[in-house]
Amino acid sequence: MSGPEKEIVIEDPAAPAADSPPVAGTRSVDIAVSLLLLAFAGLLGWDNWRTGIGWDAAGPKPGYFPFYLSVILAGACLWGLAKELRARKQPDAPFVSRAQLRRVMQVFVPTVAFCVLTQWLGLYVASFLLIAGFMAIIGRIAWWKSLLTAFVFAAVMFLTFDVAFDVIMPKGPLEAWLGR
Amino acid sequence: MSEAFGLLLYGFGVLLTWKTLALMMVGLVLGIFVGVLPGLGGPNGVAILLPLTFTMDPTSAIVMLSCIYWGALFGGAITSILFNIPGEAWSVATTFDGYPMAQQGKAAEALTAAFTSSFIGSFVAVLLITFLAPGIASFALRFGPPEFFAVYLLTFCSFVGLGREEKHKTIISMTLGLLLAGVGMDTVSGQLRMTFGSAELLRGINFLVAVIGLFGISEILLTMEERLALRGHAAAISLRTVLRVWKDLPRYWVTLLRSSVIGCWLGITPGGAIAASFMGYNLAKRFSKDKESFGKGRIEGVFAPETAAHASGTSALLPMLALGIPGSGTAAILLGGLMVWGLNPGPLLFVEHKNFVWGLIASMYLGNVVGLVMVLSTVPFFAAVLRVPFAAIAPMIIVSCAIGAFAIQNAMFDIWLMLVFGVVGYVFKKIGIPLAPFTLALVLGNRAEDAFRLSMIGAGGDLRVFWSNSLVGSITTLAVVLLFWPLISAVVSRLRGAKA
Repeated sequence: MSGPEKEIVIEDPAAPAADSPPVAGTRSVDIAVSLLLLAFAGLLGWDNWRTGIGWDAAGPKPGYFPFYLSVILAGACLWGLAKELRARKQPDAPFVSRAQLRRVMQVFVPTVAFCVLTQWLGLYVASFLLIAGFMAIIGRIAWWKSLLTAFVFAAVMFLTFDVAFDVIMPKGPLEAWLGR
Repeated sequence: MSEAFGLLLYGFGVLLTWKTLALMMVGLVLGIFVGVLPGLGGPNGVAILLPLTFTMDPTSAIVMLSCIYWGALFGGAITSILFNIPGEAWSVATTFDGYPMAQQGKAAEALTAAFTSSFIGSFVAVLLITFLAPGIASFALRFGPPEFFAVYLLTFCSFVGLGREEKHKTIISMTLGLLLAGVGMDTVSGQLRMTFGSAELLRGINFLVAVIGLFGISEILLTMEERLALRGHAAAISLRTVLRVWKDLPRYWVTLLRSSVIGCWLGITPGGAIAASFMGYNLAKRFSKDKESFGKGRIEGVFAPETAAHASGTSALLPMLALGIPGSGTAAILLGGLMVWGLNPGPLLFVEHKNFVWGLIASMYLGNVVGLVMVLSTVPFFAAVLRVPFAAIAPMIIVSCAIGAFAIQNAMFDIWLMLVFGVVGYVFKKIGIPLAPFTLALVLGNRAEDAFRLSMIGAGGDLRVFWSNSLVGSITTLAVVLLFWPLISAVVSRLRGAKA
């Protein structure tokens, strides 16, 4: 026997329910993405055509290479569209269920908020707020634990990057007040 | 041979300073962490921790980063065996027999087997790099732009032809990467392209920012979507277990050797580690006298895929060092790192930056040995990391990603870009558009385009330059064959069927 064998069990009470209805099918998302990429290919193709797709004394013009890439991209998108549209009678796999989307938003929305806050308050304060808030509100972890963890993490990051490695992050009023 | 040996000793000389050794240990610990934590893995771990190295000299930086990578590889095996959760796609095959072993109370044996075989696989690959890479590099010194373009073409075509994904999705992923690589100032003419008047886009789209978003942020989104409950086994490894497993090793030498060879071979071609681990496993099963016992906790079923995966993961660095073409996602990120530190990847590296190259190769030897010892002795500690709730880990990873993205160019815009790539990565993964070709295309795009345009200038616009001598001609032809490989093999099998 090699040491005591124990079980490690971690529960996830807020797990998305398996029977949650799908928000969108994989095929519809696939088609939407293909259309978007097709439009993107069109935009880039047009821009490169404007830059110049021909040849001059110095070989191919700057737009040459990317122009033909956008043509290939558009071709691959059309191929995919045709394939998905032909298969539209067959059953579709769910892309994401409502419960899953809720969970994804629970992390995505705070992340966007964190990015906005970083612009105003600096990265360290924003990360303190993100970690403390996420742990306490979404993870339902005790407030004191959340605040402490967030503070320690932000402080360690600050000491590692700003002090030890001279990698400068966006800063806000708090750092200015502290004179850093 | 003896020359490579001398250079290797020189590399060890570069490496053996307290500072470098300390960085190695830090890198290994961080790497194992990254490998064990859900929602992080080799490539994103390396990408996120890259900013730490910006102010270091290139040699210390690459030593630390490659140790993060070794650590992540070792760490992935822990979750596969104890929790049946493969940290990376190439650890999937390890769960087939590793988890059943853990269930039978043989977790320590399985872990020892996994770590030992990873070590053996990487070791064989490092030997290969030591003796083969300098030769390939000096051969490649004779390459001109047409040869380089042909090699890039070969890389891209082999992704399309040999990948398991739907072909058009691979092409979408690759052309998108190549296009985004072209955004910003054109390196040949100095003209602006695809910037649409935006000052932020002048700098171009940074490869590392894209990687952090595609792998880091999107992985968090995907992890949240799943059930996060875990059920697994705790294990500690005693010296006696280690010695017992090692004593049996010679019995499996055929499996180990076979998997190492498969791994090295597939590692040099892009995207091979996943295929290598499955192939290693399947071949071990096919050649075994007792096929039935596979999947029920047979130690050989751990040896085979782990050796192959790690041989492949390590040998992926060979084309990166010798030719400047990464053989895997992580190698691509290390290549991005080289550029940040002001080194120009490619065959000249062996001539101009001996310190760097041989320091790196020596660190592969040392990192592997130290990593093996470390991981064997600290498993219980790292398995406990999984007890930390995801609600605490997720925001910390997000913050680390943001720090990484910002630090590359000191630009707030890059944090937003990272977020966009996070969403793109999430959607692409769910609809089956592979991300590896995108990553590779984004990092190689400019160099491929430059090579193409320089060849065209040299040849006066004649495309026949890519068949102008036997070397470039055979590479280009091979590329075209690989591109149409699915068609060719279909035709061949139909002809065979008609004959029979």
